[in-house]
Amino acid sequence: MSGSAVSVPLGDNSGVLPRRATLIVFAASAIASALISLALGLSPFVWLLFTGLIGLAGITVWSLAVEGRRRALDRVMSVAIMEVFVLAMVPLLSLIYTVVSKGLARFDSEFLTSSMRGVLAEGGGALHAALGTFIITAVATVAAVPVGVLAAIYLVEYGKGRLKRSITFFVDVMMGIPSIVAGLFAFALFAIFFGPGIRLGVMGSVALAVLMIPIVIRSAEEMLRVVPNALREASYALGVPKWLTVLRVVLPTALAGIVTGVMLAVARVIGETAPLLITTGSTTSTNLNPFDGRMANLPVYVYQQYKFPGVPPEPYIERAWAGALLLIVIVMVLFLAARLIARRYGVEIRR
Amino acid sequence: MNLTNTKKEIEMADVEAGSSDAILEPPKPSAEARQVHAQAKRIDAEKLNIYYGDFLAVRDVTVSIQPNKVTALIGSSGCGKSTFLRSLNRMHELIDGAHVEGKVLLDGTDIYAPSMDPVLVRQQIGMVFQQPNPFPTMSIYENTAAGLRLNRKKMKKVEMDTIVEKSLRGAHLWEEVKDRLNKPASGLSGGQQQRLCIARATAIEPEVLLMDEPCSALDPIATLAIEDLINELKKRFTIVIVTHNMQQAARASDYTGFFNIEKSGDPGVLIEIDDTEKIFSNPSLKETEDYVSGRFG
Ligand SMILES: Nc1ncnc2c1ncn2[C@@H]1O[C@H](COP(=O)(O)OP(=O)(O)O)[C@@H](O)[C@H]1O
Ligand SMILES: [Mg+2]
Repeated sequence: MSGSAVSVPLGDNSGVLPRRATLIVFAASAIASALISLALGLSPFVWLLFTGLIGLAGITVWSLAVEGRRRALDRVMSVAIMEVFVLAMVPLLSLIYTVVSKGLARFDSEFLTSSMRGVLAEGGGALHAALGTFIITAVATVAAVPVGVLAAIYLVEYGKGRLKRSITFFVDVMMGIPSIVAGLFAFALFAIFFGPGIRLGVMGSVALAVLMIPIVIRSAEEMLRVVPNALREASYALGVPKWLTVLRVVLPTALAGIVTGVMLAVARVIGETAPLLITTGSTTSTNLNPFDGRMANLPVYVYQQYKFPGVPPEPYIERAWAGALLLIVIVMVLFLAARLIARRYGVEIRR
Repeated sequence: MNLTNTKKEIEMADVEAGSSDAILEPPKPSAEARQVHAQAKRIDAEKLNIYYGDFLAVRDVTVSIQPNKVTALIGSSGCGKSTFLRSLNRMHELIDGAHVEGKVLLDGTDIYAPSMDPVLVRQQIGMVFQQPNPFPTMSIYENTAAGLRLNRKKMKKVEMDTIVEKSLRGAHLWEEVKDRLNKPASGLSGGQQQRLCIARATAIEPEVLLMDEPCSALDPIATLAIEDLINELKKRFTIVIVTHNMQQAARASDYTGFFNIEKSGDPGVLIEIDDTEKIFSNPSLKETEDYVSGRFG
């Protein structure tokens, strides 16, 4: 007994909680608050809240009693930070939960393989809208990426003085353009040539490209900037001209980052509804030609199904949720692909 | 050997080569041809003033750098060694506002003449940097061949293989990497990376090799390996090396130049250059003596 007293001269309390103390406390508090919620008939959200509060109180008291003030404070802080993080995740999880639970009802093979052609109430699908979304976004990407990457190359490698400053400024301005304004711009542009009744898939692409360009410029600029100057110098010192250095040293080094940025820009605009509503129109059948008439797409499809249901409304509402789920799945896949590309092909840049 | 003496030698070399006003041409394709008359080119700087914008960083350097010799540049930090070195292959002007006055002659041809293309100058005067900087997207093979590939030299695979092997052997790296030529260069150690950078610089067969503190990021063993290498490379190239390490200058160089700076903010000046032996045993200026014997600052 005297031995243990001598060996811990520091601190007011000598004990240490078991290794999984936090886990134990939170498991206990989860069970406790489950009992309370069941007894009072409360919602799962309140259960989560109770679990957090009881757990925090429990670990505080236990740690204070056994470990002393300093360690108790440390535990309180780490637990509190974790809980705030969980709190921040609640809206996201709730959103995903809602969309998945309501969307699964119609997320079937018919939904993924048929259009709305001739569908009056039950059945039907979103194939035409999904294809439309792919085509519209692909055309927008093909238009926006070269412009964006070249502008970024100009800004990082060549730009000087006033022109560079004004381009940077206008990119900032473009960044802030509301998406409906981009849609109106595309609409007005095509209305000049084809009259105000015009609706084309490519009009939507133009609107989306306007939204994508500043995002691509920004991310590509960032990626080009982190390419170490030492690599450019190494290339110049080998007698390689500047344009070849940019093309064959700087761009490849930044490539994975630029591709990731493009993916994120695509994910950002693929769910845009407002600009597409006024530019692409909507249709019930598949149209694969962006230069020929109305083109369905997922955001507008979801909007239409939800906003203008027939009688009875249930099949329409269910299709709307399934469409939303499909859109979320597509965005998730894009994010994952971006991650994967960055990890797989990203070159480690050392300073 | 003193400066005037050196001059005479150069003139003789000129007569031999008979090419004091030869026009710069792209690197010679054949390595064998070089080996027959392994005479590299020499560099003369004449009244060279080097600026960053309005700031005069190096003042009035006139010097002859001997072909197929190693010239070391020493001096305390910030006295303009790197600046001077980078002005010898027109890397200096890549910095915004940086410019030079005066002449730099490569075997008699002014590399700063208006008709001169800096890209061609750099193909003849290669450079190795303080931090090893292999291209991270390229394999060891591609890094070695980078000077040729980036410039889109049309070349058969076997020819390219030969050049890569020769350059890597020349950089004492072949045995260590021959089994992993297609692996990324970032997997090499610092010393190996630096030797790879030397192989990369020599693969385009320049006349002159500039090295800016090539060993300062390396451990002593890697440093010795590079010094050995330098000693061998001077058979094929004219070498100028900046170093912070006095023993290195003493060990590895034939001539040593000392840059000095009066006080902070003043331009750096090349105050003495001579045989390495003389600089380290019996320099003619007191400042040099103080510096090489460790009494400076
Ligand atoms: N990029 C630059 N822009 C402006 N001044 C510079 C730059 N690089 C170096 N200098 C200045 O030039 C002088 C010489 O620097 P440098 O050649 O790097 O010295 P050293 O290599 O001998 O240590 C210093 O006063 C330094 O501040
Ligand atoms: Mg330096």
